[in-house]
Amino acid sequence: MSSESQSSAPAIEAAATVKTGAQIVVDTLVDLGVETMFGYTGGVVLPLFDRLYDAPIRFIIPRHEQGGCHMADAYARASGKVGVVLATSGPGACNLVTGLGTAMMDSIPLVALTGQVRTDLIGNDAFQEADTTGITRPVTKYNSIVKDIKDLERTVREAFHIASTGRPGPVLVDLPVDISVGKYKCNGKAQIDLPGYRIRTKGHARQISMAAEAINKAERPVLYVGGGVILANAAAELRTFAEKAHLPVTMTLLGLGSYDQRKPESLDMLGMHGSAYANYAVQECDLLIAIGARFDDRVTGKVATFAPNAKIVHVDIDPSSISKNVHVDIPVVGDAKHILVELTKEVEYRERAAWFTKIADWKKKHPFRYDKKAKTVKPQYVIDEICRQTNHDAVITTGVGQNQMWTAQFYKFIRPRQFISSGGLGTMGFGLPAAIGAQIAKPDATVIDIDGDHSFNMTMTELATAVQYELPIKVCILNNGYMGMVRQWQELFYNRRYSCSYLKNPNYADVARALGAVGITVDKKEDVPKAVTQMLAEKQPCVADFRVEREENVWPMVPAGKSISEMDGLTILESMA
Amino acid sequence: MKHIISALVENKPGVLAHVAGMFAARGFNIDSLVVGRTEDPNLSRMTIVVIGDDHIVEQVRKQLARIIPVVKVQDFAGRAVVARDLMLVSIAVPPEKRPEIFALVEMFRGHVVDISQKTVMVEVSGPETKIEAFIDVCRPYGIKNVARTGTIAMPRQGTSED
Repeated sequence: MSSESQSSAPAIEAAATVKTGAQIVVDTLVDLGVETMFGYTGGVVLPLFDRLYDAPIRFIIPRHEQGGCHMADAYARASGKVGVVLATSGPGACNLVTGLGTAMMDSIPLVALTGQVRTDLIGNDAFQEADTTGITRPVTKYNSIVKDIKDLERTVREAFHIASTGRPGPVLVDLPVDISVGKYKCNGKAQIDLPGYRIRTKGHARQISMAAEAINKAERPVLYVGGGVILANAAAELRTFAEKAHLPVTMTLLGLGSYDQRKPESLDMLGMHGSAYANYAVQECDLLIAIGARFDDRVTGKVATFAPNAKIVHVDIDPSSISKNVHVDIPVVGDAKHILVELTKEVEYRERAAWFTKIADWKKKHPFRYDKKAKTVKPQYVIDEICRQTNHDAVITTGVGQNQMWTAQFYKFIRPRQFISSGGLGTMGFGLPAAIGAQIAKPDATVIDIDGDHSFNMTMTELATAVQYELPIKVCILNNGYMGMVRQWQELFYNRRYSCSYLKNPNYADVARALGAVGITVDKKEDVPKAVTQMLAEKQPCVADFRVEREENVWPMVPAGKSISEMDGLTILESMA
Repeated sequence: MKHIISALVENKPGVLAHVAGMFAARGFNIDSLVVGRTEDPNLSRMTIVVIGDDHIVEQVRKQLARIIPVVKVQDFAGRAVVARDLMLVSIAVPPEKRPEIFALVEMFRGHVVDISQKTVMVEVSGPETKIEAFIDVCRPYGIKNVARTGTIAMPRQGTSED
């Protein structure tokens, strides 16, 4: 076959070269700039692993595919690059599901490559066969199986394009082993071909003007920022915009880090366990400007009474997010960064003295509090101390539950990609593998997993991964011996019947040492600062087991079905002043 | 209210599963769903009849558009469209009653496509209301089997949007 040169491709690439499918995959990954991958071997992915053996890609092997998927996810969250995970067919692919669901709900750019049995065996219940595309369809932005080697390179390129553009998300490519070992004459770079995939980046100019006009008129505006601003790398543009228009800023769990929480305009997190001042401000505002947020039920509480006096502006790249849960008055579809720049041009500074005075009063009256005089180790105190000693600068991952909410309340974040947590899916066990992925992405950063004992239990085997790769991650377990948030709900709504929310835990310091990490146990309040200092100084993975107050609750709390201004626990918090 | 939604989709494996899965996952109700080829061998057209209020149908439209191999989505509500359903119906008709049925078939511009000692099979196409009306008039004879395609639709030429 003659090598016809393609006008767009360099001459050297135009020459046809015969490659195996595995070679095509690995060469394409390298060409796409992939430097790090996570994953686990297995029968049908052996051809791929053989090519990876001498490829310029760092490969991190977790102890379980779920861990690998969370690592790739957190790598993406910490770095802004696409995370890549590779797993074998059947059980390997099935073990990715939780990780894919986590990335899907939080719109994280991730590419999963899975091995599959030979195409002629598909559907025969072959060994380690699973209908991977069928199983993962609802937990991916897109997935596909490659059944013809001529489609292979294009499919891999499309996966990266889809994962990283528009509203990002996980994309899975299923690779039957006969495709990986098959041979194909490659002729230049494969071009992506996605006629159904269009992204609106630039916002509609008239909608932007309408939004700016509403902002300029507003007496009591609130800016409500979600993870979309971080995904769009628009934190700097957000700050410029908020400062120019003079707006108070509240953030969703995933929005934390997009705006410096040390600033007086920060209202911190809103919603079910958000700040009283954020929730009051949202309920009293006359204009709510949502950017890259999706009006999740944990944010809105009772939808019918959410922000009842407000006109709503919603900036989002995903048109299906707009008016999904809450009616939007001024929608602007597009990229947050671009729209924030355009909005900034049209907004004017307004003093809004009365509004800011009111907000300052709420902040003064209802800060996040805990009992500082208590003799026991309060979990909030541990987080406070970590925040103080790391000077707001660490990368923090979490499990899910009380540990996560307290971290969101008491660690004050100052920059994007600093807080890494499973928001939408609420995946327990995310914290430790996430810390590993984040540390791989940011080798020089201080990375701390602030975890719950039960969340940690779910994936603690990954501590061995941290030891193998000599990652100086810190795991701070807020060990109350309960599934704390479940116990809190049982205390409040199930008459203290603690059904199945208790497990007998191991001695975590011993577990850490057995796996080759450093273990510290802290059960006295006065030892907390010293333990945090030691933990931060360790060059090896370190687990600090803080035996905290067992039945501490997260306050404030908006009970299910209530408006977000109807918070429980405010009087308890006031009594701690 | 019933909405006819037309989606042009790439001819790729898994597209139907993706669309059907999205409807199931988000709790949208499908009245009928028809897939067929188009003038372009790379594209198929799905015609989906959805029951729901404007808010729900708006979400259906947006969620469909979000599926990567879905190229274009149109909601025909409020537009002049030609909508057709095709039915094969087998009716219990003894030989002496055949003339009655033939007259009905004539009236509905259908065709008799099969005949046996005890039954007559009829093909009828048209808007859903016409199909339903034909079923109603045949019911007294006894309906043995019904097979329907579900609705396909196309906007009348010269109406708004493309």
